[in-house]
Amino acid sequence: MTDVTLSSARPVAAKRPGGASIGPRWTNALFVAPYMVFYVLLLVYPLFKGIWMSLLQSDMFDDTSKFSGLANYYRLFNDKVFIGTVWNTVLFVVMTVPVFVVIGLLLALALNRSDRTAAALRAIFFGTSVLSVTIVTIIWKMMYMPGNGAIASVMRYFGLDPIAFTTTASLALPAIAITTIWWIIGLPMMLFLAALQQIPGELYEAAALDNASRARSFWSITLPSIRRTMLVVVIYEIVAQFQLFGQAQLLTQGGPNNASRPIVQFIYEQGFRSWNLGYAAAASEILFVIMAVAALAQFFASRKRVEE
Amino acid sequence: MQVSSIELDSVSKRFGSVEVISELSLTIHSGEFIAFLGPSGCGKSTLLRMIAGLETVDGGEIRIGGERVDNLPPGARGVAMVFQHYALYPHMTVADNLAFGLRNIGTPKDEIARRIEEAARILEIGHLLARKPGQLSGGQRQRVAIGRALVKDPKAYLFDEPLSNLDAALRVRTRVELARLHQQTRATTIFVTHDQVEAMTLASRIVVMNARKVEQVGSPMEIYGRPATEFVARFVGSPAMNFLPVQIRDRGGLATAALGDGSIVETDVPLAGLPSGGELRVGVRAEAIHVREDGSVPGRVEVIERLGDRTHLHVRLMDGSTLIAEDKGFSRIQPGDTVHLAFEGATAHLFDAAGLAYHARQ
Repeated sequence: MTDVTLSSARPVAAKRPGGASIGPRWTNALFVAPYMVFYVLLLVYPLFKGIWMSLLQSDMFDDTSKFSGLANYYRLFNDKVFIGTVWNTVLFVVMTVPVFVVIGLLLALALNRSDRTAAALRAIFFGTSVLSVTIVTIIWKMMYMPGNGAIASVMRYFGLDPIAFTTTASLALPAIAITTIWWIIGLPMMLFLAALQQIPGELYEAAALDNASRARSFWSITLPSIRRTMLVVVIYEIVAQFQLFGQAQLLTQGGPNNASRPIVQFIYEQGFRSWNLGYAAAASEILFVIMAVAALAQFFASRKRVEE
Repeated sequence: MQVSSIELDSVSKRFGSVEVISELSLTIHSGEFIAFLGPSGCGKSTLLRMIAGLETVDGGEIRIGGERVDNLPPGARGVAMVFQHYALYPHMTVADNLAFGLRNIGTPKDEIARRIEEAARILEIGHLLARKPGQLSGGQRQRVAIGRALVKDPKAYLFDEPLSNLDAALRVRTRVELARLHQQTRATTIFVTHDQVEAMTLASRIVVMNARKVEQVGSPMEIYGRPATEFVARFVGSPAMNFLPVQIRDRGGLATAALGDGSIVETDVPLAGLPSGGELRVGVRAEAIHVREDGSVPGRVEVIERLGDRTHLHVRLMDGSTLIAEDKGFSRIQPGDTVHLAFEGATAHLFDAAGLAYHARQ
């Protein structure tokens, strides 16, 4: 091949031109500096400040605090209300995460088509995710109201007694779970849809020629192909659902009798209602540890994917 | 080993309002290696997929080994397909890929093991059985894909452009291996390709398709030597056949073609049967046009393509038309030279305005 010169040859400059060089240049750090400033200011500093606060006995009224070691933690582990909120939160995660995975996947499987109906349904199912928690809880309050709520009306129509979902201890948390699933089922559905669309159609054709039934194709092709996405959905939802707050605060206020009070609501009430900042900080650290474990799991899962 | 014929009986296929295959009938004999050849979008892959059961049939019948199959699911038709992108199951090992189809029909374990071992021996993939497709090269994946078809001992093999993802050297090697494999198995094989060299070298018969219809069915040399239409003449053979407008004169019952510059090509095409009116063109392959001192057609060489064993000359004739002639490998001709060309009239064809070909008597 002949060389083709696209630009005129430049005369050799006496000074070495700028551009690529070997070795680190400190000025490159300026590119990440803005991010680092905010990261340290808004994440790293509050983290350590929070840990420090959890070791203090603070009084917000006279703005004094004294070091009290692990006293806050000791108190927490003996606080029946707090233990109850941990239990509630874990129960809520157990109730919602499998449903997010199963229904998210079922919706994705059903809507993994290119026709207009599927596109419209995808938009509708995802649409609820953009609503604010206030709107969502208002909608579901109207659903759950025992007097003239939508569910009560339907039950009365069939001659049944209406159920007070949000004020019955055993139903309050499931009611919040249903509200939450309705609210943000769109995201797992979209993640699964994206994963399903990555699976080449030829694989299913090859399976059809290999006499694989639909169930066999699902188990042998679909599920292994979306394994990573499923893991991401599980871990993301665990981290997200441990932070339950708005729905419980607005729908049940944590009641009845603390039956639906999650950890974050406990932290909020201790910190911003009772002004027990040290106590709230200690509860936050425990939640932080729980979520850090989940985040680490996600980290290891994604690292394994890179290695494969 | 099972060997079966495949019969297509006026099969049709529509996508919406577009008819992509219209009343096509074709019999593929038992043990035959047939190629569906044509440009992209001509319907050849659709036809193959209809035989496999991956596309529905909108009209007509498909029979394999005498049994009507167009209403059966793909797995029940007894055919195996090798896909363009191999379609290996990425989460299974090579051995599991080969075994998947056999397990689904309840083949005994020792029989599966025996068949995998035999396929691995034939295709030399024994050392790859524990690997996953992601750990294989393109050529190895291709072998596994063929192996997956082989273990099924199918009534027919369907290949959908299986060589198009391989590099040039590997493609030539795999082509030879496919030919060897067919000689061993003598299995009915349909091979879809847009590459005329693959079709010519592998198939015992070629079905040339264009714009959703069959242009010609014939042996490679029939297709090459006596193309039925202008499309076939242009599509098969490299470089494409030369076409020049001509006036026809009588030469004792045979057609003599007068080119635009007045020079003469004496063809062996019988005058009887040629359309009386309308424009005619002579079709001559490059290898039938030589540079000779006593050549009757003068022209100026514009471009020279040296292929080693031969040289292609792009020549502009006196009337402005261009053609490609062939010279020996070590040709001394330079661009800009004036040459005299001699046509081998015996291999020339005539084409009417509709593209239909008229050949010399056999």
